[in-house]
Amino acid sequence: MNPKIARHVYGWLLFAPAAIFFILFTHYPIVRSCYLSFFNNPRGVQPRRFVGLANYAYLVNDPIFWQALKNNLIYAFGTIPVTVSLAILMAVWVNRRMTGRAFVRAAYFTPTILPMIAIANIWLFFYTPGVGLFDNLLKSMGYSGRNWLGDPDTALLCLMVIAIWKDAGFFMIFYLAALQGIPKDVIEAGKIEGAGRWYFFRRVTLPLLMPTTVFVVFNALINTFRIIDHIFILTKGGPDNATELLLYYLFQTAFEFWDTAYAAVLTVVIMAILMTLALAQFKVLERRTHYQ
Amino acid sequence: MRTSGFKLVLLATALVFMVVGVAAAEINMTMYYPIAVGGKPYQIINELIQGFESQNPNIKVKAVYYGNYDDTRTKCLAALKAGEPVQLSVLFSIDIFDLLNQDIIVPWDDVVQTDADRAWLKSFYPALMANSMAGGKTYGIPFQRSTIVMYYNKDAFAEVGLDPEKPPATWDELVAMGKKLVKRDANGQVVRWGLSIPSTGYPYWMYQCLAIENGLELMNKAGNEVYFNRPESIEALRFWHDMAYKHEIMQKGSTDWGTLRQQFLGGSTAMMWHTTGNLTPVRDGAKFKFGVAMLPAHKRRGSPTGGGNFYIFKKTTPEERTAVLKFVQFMTEPINTAKWSIGTGYVATRPAAYETDLLKDYVAGFPAATVARDQFEYAVAEFSTHETARVKKFLDDAIQAVLSGKATPQEALNKAQQGADQILGGYR
Repeated sequence: MNPKIARHVYGWLLFAPAAIFFILFTHYPIVRSCYLSFFNNPRGVQPRRFVGLANYAYLVNDPIFWQALKNNLIYAFGTIPVTVSLAILMAVWVNRRMTGRAFVRAAYFTPTILPMIAIANIWLFFYTPGVGLFDNLLKSMGYSGRNWLGDPDTALLCLMVIAIWKDAGFFMIFYLAALQGIPKDVIEAGKIEGAGRWYFFRRVTLPLLMPTTVFVVFNALINTFRIIDHIFILTKGGPDNATELLLYYLFQTAFEFWDTAYAAVLTVVIMAILMTLALAQFKVLERRTHYQ
Repeated sequence: MRTSGFKLVLLATALVFMVVGVAAAEINMTMYYPIAVGGKPYQIINELIQGFESQNPNIKVKAVYYGNYDDTRTKCLAALKAGEPVQLSVLFSIDIFDLLNQDIIVPWDDVVQTDADRAWLKSFYPALMANSMAGGKTYGIPFQRSTIVMYYNKDAFAEVGLDPEKPPATWDELVAMGKKLVKRDANGQVVRWGLSIPSTGYPYWMYQCLAIENGLELMNKAGNEVYFNRPESIEALRFWHDMAYKHEIMQKGSTDWGTLRQQFLGGSTAMMWHTTGNLTPVRDGAKFKFGVAMLPAHKRRGSPTGGGNFYIFKKTTPEERTAVLKFVQFMTEPINTAKWSIGTGYVATRPAAYETDLLKDYVAGFPAATVARDQFEYAVAEFSTHETARVKKFLDDAIQAVLSGKATPQEALNKAQQGADQILGGYR
């Protein structure tokens, strides 16, 4: 065989296993969801029928969808800045010589390795009114307890606190790696020039951490659309949709309402959001590489 | 010639093996079932199944626990779609219309063969059949069925000078006693509420109690009309709201279905409304004397029934149907129904079960166990319509909005009615 062709065949063969799985479990379902979103919801006694954009019209007029989207944005923009700041703070804190450093690092990282369902069950009892941890703490200080998860004003906030608690340690690991990658000569140069610690952190460390920050922020953003396990345990989207996030609404539509057509529409929406985020991340990261 | 003769012999041998194979064939059955409350229902199910298999060595039953009612239904639908064998399941009684729309279940009337079988179909409490029948045919065999009862802390009653043997019997008494039972600490913070009614998980179910007691059933028999914004329903929701905001005997906001039992056992509420399916866990966990009472009456007494039924799926062979029938009949035998009821707190589904010595003795020592059954006299069907989960959600959202003070009962229920009408319009 022509060696050039052989090389191509060889390359495609290497690519094939991954490609097959990708097409089977990622690309085909995407295409299929888009396709199904233009049909009605088939039931045993009612066959599938093309309905054009009717499902999308329903989406536009569906107040629960808009509420879920709004909740998702609040959830994302409320958690990410705090998570990222905490992650940087913790990374700087444990990135120095101190007694018990390994222990502190491990402690920060522990929430990450617990499964979300387990975490939610633990926090469920933290939040339980009357007998829960928070109410007991408040009562011992003379304050009144709260119905944390049962009040639409605090329910989403409670979920955000859990997300921050779980994710900060995970992102700390990335920052820790980035901190250790900062060249020694830069640090020494800073010392010789007499830069103060805060000045050095602001003008040298933080800019050098930028690529990590971009990576972390986008991943955190994507996570806020992807991770909903705790909602099943804690609130089931309530009270009155106060904690309804997009993916949870998609789950309800598909598996509680049995409405595969509308679920396909929601899938398309979530996919569009995630793809935009992913593309934006690549664009920004590309620019950052040039900067370095 | 030689080869074809040889082939003939082979064929004959194969046929013989096939016939022998069929004769000795085991029937394998798969059943999915849910657990909606605490306790150890799976142990009892496994024991019952072992009993069945030892009586019927050629039938093997695989029972798979699959989370709550929604999870189990999802798993069933997925399995049926994928062509996996599943012949029967315990599913939510109120899913009956949706299972029919999906065209995956058959009526038990088509499965039974003898007069004895037909008599068996009629041997359950009539109150339980309301959610088990559609269009005059029986699609569900009652299994893990419940009503809502009121659990109350007798020690708390005694502490505030109430008669522990006289739980509230009317809404007015409920409020009056509730007020007495609320306990505050030195700073005026509530350490014990008078009453808790869960409003997550199954808010519509709890609300149905209040609506029934106020003289209204929330839907029609055909499951295509709901009455969310009638004056009676608005008044019922207002009463629930007022218990928290006006009478202050209940915590504001929503109350979690799952942790309420712990709150009751921990003493932070003196009364709770909950499924009778929680009776055994409460009995095992209570460190104080507790009582179980029927829900208080307003215009009438009442509670919806609840829980799961056996359904048999369309995709079954005649042999499998016979085996399934045998199995379900075994599971609902009076003695097994009694065992199941004692182990869980669910109501024994047939009057005959209460004639067994086992249940007679149990009830004699633990009278609370009959409250849910006695309530059958006043029970009505659980809320069930076409596309029931979606219609329910409108009602659930309305209830939670009102309980958290974000909307008036009138506003919230009007909105819920609108949403429900939009969906149910297609089924009229």
